[in-house]
Amino acid sequence: MRLPGAAWGFVAPALLVIAVFFLIPVLAALALSFTDFDLYALADVANLRLVGLRNYARLLEKPLFWQALGNTLYFAIVGVPLSIVVSFGAALLLHSRLVRFRSFFRTALFAPVVTTLVAVAVVWRYLFDTRYGWLNYTLGSLGIRPIDWLGDPHWAMPAIIVFAVWKSFGYNMIILLAGLQSIPDALYEAARIDGASSWRQFRDVTLPMLAPIVVMVSILTTAGYFQLFAEPYVMTQGGPLQSTVSVLYLMYEEGFKWWNLGSASAVAFVLFLLIFALTVLQLRLARWEEAA
Amino acid sequence: MIPGFAPLLVNGLLLGGATISLFPLLWMLSASLMAPGEASAYPPPLLPARATLANYRELFTHAGGARYLANSLALTAAVTLVSLSVNVAAGYAFAKLRFAGRDRIFKLLLGTLVIPAQVAMVPLFLLLKHLGLVNTYGGVIVPAAASIFGIFLVRQYALSIPSDLMEAARIDGAGEFRLFRSIIVPGLRPIIVTLAVFTMLGTWNDFMWPLIVLSDQDLYTLPVALASLSREHVQDNELMMAGAVVTTLPVLLLFLVLQRQYIRGLMAGSVKG
Repeated sequence: MRLPGAAWGFVAPALLVIAVFFLIPVLAALALSFTDFDLYALADVANLRLVGLRNYARLLEKPLFWQALGNTLYFAIVGVPLSIVVSFGAALLLHSRLVRFRSFFRTALFAPVVTTLVAVAVVWRYLFDTRYGWLNYTLGSLGIRPIDWLGDPHWAMPAIIVFAVWKSFGYNMIILLAGLQSIPDALYEAARIDGASSWRQFRDVTLPMLAPIVVMVSILTTAGYFQLFAEPYVMTQGGPLQSTVSVLYLMYEEGFKWWNLGSASAVAFVLFLLIFALTVLQLRLARWEEAA
Repeated sequence: MIPGFAPLLVNGLLLGGATISLFPLLWMLSASLMAPGEASAYPPPLLPARATLANYRELFTHAGGARYLANSLALTAAVTLVSLSVNVAAGYAFAKLRFAGRDRIFKLLLGTLVIPAQVAMVPLFLLLKHLGLVNTYGGVIVPAAASIFGIFLVRQYALSIPSDLMEAARIDGAGEFRLFRSIIVPGLRPIIVTLAVFTMLGTWNDFMWPLIVLSDQDLYTLPVALASLSREHVQDNELMMAGAVVTTLPVLLLFLVLQRQYIRGLMAGSVKG
């Protein structure tokens, strides 16, 4: 006796929540992006008008939008490869036979991932301090002159990238380490018998075996880096000279500071399309690479 | 290569990496014990001249620390309890119960994982406002009550529950709910712990949505309060460090205690792409 009703009882709460509080709002965001929903409409929906693609057209004319897009791309194009290289390097080191205290090192390198982003952003703001910060002090002992990390429009984004890599590389490190551990020893054995050097073993065994994991990691990391928000909110408030305004930061300000909810929805959709396009692009590249 | 050099290099690099990873956290702890103004000196001091709890006292008596800590604890507990019940039930049903459209619905859910949650935020805010949930904890709890990742995690684990076991319980006359409570839930224990750790850390650390939906300062969670305090108290380094310690220490400790369970979730989650 198996009642289908019972099964629905188990899934209905979850499906209801996901449909009402996620899927319908996503569709509503698309609809909203074609309206001029603002503070007046918030007070009385009768003030709402359909404006077609005008929100998108305005966005494309807005210098701040292009700046936010450029900043976000800068953050992702530099930050994602850097973070994957650091993760990969750390995973290789942890995987080495020569490591002592492996579990201590793994935990230490992973610790920043579980910390609260806002709290460690506050800490790093002081580490980046021009006069009293540890970073400039350390660089100073190497003879490098103090850098105004968060106050100079040229340095604010690099500073945020350094912070973001510190905060997040441990995540991919764990995934890549598991990948390294899953490569059968026999493959290395065979390569050694064929006289392959350590470098050849790395290039011809390790890299190809890890390639699918690297692709996945890079897709997830790219999507994550495009959602840059709390770092500039806490560390720079988008400044100096709007050099750290990200797309999501722009959406937040448009929507929840100025209450231009129609326009904010358009920004959100542009961000989604961008992430989606990059995901597809990376998958295509991976397949093309595989076929080649 | 000189023998003995390679181990030195590998361990030395790891030691350097671990130092960079831990230094900001240790300095946060150290600076939180310094007297007000002490950290702003050149060269920056590593340890307090005389450790003091004054910043924590200030944080808890004047800056509302106790309230924000209680808010974060209550909200994290509520979201974890509600979402665990919802996701475990759904994950189990997707794995072991039959209903029309099951696999198609599950695939659709996985497909929607590519949509960033932020896309839904503006309409979600309007919806919650309509329901009277803006500026209440309901506004944080209700949208977090179900998670596609959570359902996926439970489903993958539940697939390994032997169907014979379930049949036997049914023949013994157990209803679907009894079966779930007395056989399925105990069997899913490991993955429930994993999902609980993930949900707790995620809820505790969450920033953007609570920032949007909670406007009353008395309702702030620790991250939201800390961000707002740090905008007001730019000069009070040591106080801010105490706030950062109170915000991040609970999750760090939770992670250290339940590290293995957390890593399991991380590995399972990474397959979602």
